[in-house]
Amino acid sequence: MECVDIAGVSLELLTEGEGPPLLFLHGGDYFAQHRDFFAKLAERWRLIVPRHPGFGGSTRPDSFRTVHDLAYLYLDLLDRQDLRDVMLVGASFGGWIALEMCVRCLQRIGRLVLIDALGVKFGGREERDIADIYALPNAELLRLTFFDPTLAVPDYSALSDEEAASIARDRAATALYGWRPYMHNPGLRQWLHRVHVPALVLWGENDGIVAADYGEKLCRSLPRARFELIREAGHYPQIERAGAVADAVERFARAEVL
Amino acid sequence: MKVWHFSEMGYHPAWPQLEESYRVIIPSRLYDPKVGADLYHRYLDEWALCDELGINIMTNEHHATATCADSVCTIPMAILARETKQVRLLALGMPIGNRNDPIRVAEEYAMIDVISRGRVEMGFVKGVPFEIAPANSSPPDLMERFWEAHDLILKALTSHDGPFNWEGRHFHYRQVNVWPRPWQQPHPPVWMPVGSPGSAAEAAARGITIGVLNTGWVRTPAIYEAYRKTAGETGRTVTLDKLAYMALIGVGETREEGWRRADQILGYSRTSGIVAPQFMNPPGYASEAQSAQALKASGAGFRAGRIQSRDGRNLNPRTMSVADAIDAGLVFAGTPDDVFDQMRAFYDHVGGFGHLLMMGQGGLLDHAETVANLTLFSREVLPRVEEVPG
Repeated sequence: MECVDIAGVSLELLTEGEGPPLLFLHGGDYFAQHRDFFAKLAERWRLIVPRHPGFGGSTRPDSFRTVHDLAYLYLDLLDRQDLRDVMLVGASFGGWIALEMCVRCLQRIGRLVLIDALGVKFGGREERDIADIYALPNAELLRLTFFDPTLAVPDYSALSDEEAASIARDRAATALYGWRPYMHNPGLRQWLHRVHVPALVLWGENDGIVAADYGEKLCRSLPRARFELIREAGHYPQIERAGAVADAVERFARAEVL
Repeated sequence: MKVWHFSEMGYHPAWPQLEESYRVIIPSRLYDPKVGADLYHRYLDEWALCDELGINIMTNEHHATATCADSVCTIPMAILARETKQVRLLALGMPIGNRNDPIRVAEEYAMIDVISRGRVEMGFVKGVPFEIAPANSSPPDLMERFWEAHDLILKALTSHDGPFNWEGRHFHYRQVNVWPRPWQQPHPPVWMPVGSPGSAAEAAARGITIGVLNTGWVRTPAIYEAYRKTAGETGRTVTLDKLAYMALIGVGETREEGWRRADQILGYSRTSGIVAPQFMNPPGYASEAQSAQALKASGAGFRAGRIQSRDGRNLNPRTMSVADAIDAGLVFAGTPDDVFDQMRAFYDHVGGFGHLLMMGQGGLLDHAETVANLTLFSREVLPRVEEVPG
């Protein structure tokens, strides 16, 4: 991990592999479980993974409060590193950030992959598009999050203090950015027509946090997107089916698009 | 020393139907308004009696719970502002980091202060973690909102020359102009409950009176010490009237009677912490280190309150006996002599305090028993407590 200074943030950055640039924006939790996925991506891409401000070892300036701040930060990162034709991949909360980037500026973004992304409100005021992860009993939360929690969920009692603190930091930062409105920007939907890059919407077939139906609506809201289900995966298919997701990204990169 | 009577106005008729949680997720069909009305009136009657007994009044609030049916702490205060004539009225208090409108809080307190002719004491509370869900307030910046609301409320209560502007991080008003202005000048005394040395220090730096609840014999001394230390460092004179301690109090003509009353009041401690675990530690509410330890203890990050005996044993609040609770410093119970002696020993142990927050009703203690408890306390204990330096 290296640290770069951008917009007052000391940004922790994982860079791995050779090839065309792929910027991966992670979700709210389970960062440590992404090793397999990152290793697979790094075989084909120059993988760049920032830890969002307030997560892991990245600092959060007091003024960083919203996903808008994160979107501008990563647009700055693309400028700073002079990255072009970037494959932008956002998962869960990171998918929301990716969408906020894309409605602002597509100049350096070649293609977009969303994995079980959040950030948009489709349903009515009494419909829960996104499960309230803060109100679910733990066992049910894990059942909705993963196809097989027994394989994906770490043994927390075996963590070091620093590893546990890092997870606590990630969860607190997720809450800070996503508490209210809950994990979405009410104004984002009306600007999705601006995301006119080729896009792939990947969804864990068993995602109980944000159902596949939401993913299909998101796909239909994007001008040049197609939808693909990942079998035997929940909200984090890149953890449960790292190879399948990395392959889907690779196929999408090579595919002719609309 | 001053004494205050406190009750959570519990809706205990629902308790037999509750198991896993007494809060947040329980359906309100378990609440019968006709039974609830009778309960509200009896609790108000007990507070009104305090005006005759010379015991000050303390209210609080919680949300979506059967443990405390007082969901707006200023409502009983407003009723009692007119119904009582002598005693002071403390709300401990208003969860200002969870409320969206600090100006409304300033207006409520100012109005009650005027109606009561200057008897209000304003409590501002962070709120326990399971208040986050009912309020849907963001936990990571709760204290930031709390302090901004605190600053805005005090400025609103002390500005008397027309509107001022407030464009803070969390609250925006361009024409702040609170009417009425409070009776007490510059504003009613400010309180906050604290449960750790860190928050005691924050209160001390601002001269705020602290109410220490449920921390007992083991944890309270460090909290008071942090308060005295920070107050000294910031050049404030520490007087005992800045320190308050809450105890459950059961007094009787005999030790058995006092213990029986305390045992019923302990229904509060036995139920108050029963919460569906997912609401116990919302992310960002506790410190990173606390949450990390909770995560290691269970992936859900459950955090439980700690009640310890003097010799360091962890006590289970759900099954705690009166003897355990007396040992832990949570309960003072027995004859008037017993109650005074236990209080005095605790007072000496922690270095003194100026306010005894007496939970004189809690749990299943009924109206007749509560009246007897308060009356006997007023007659036999209060005169001695009032002579203790505070």
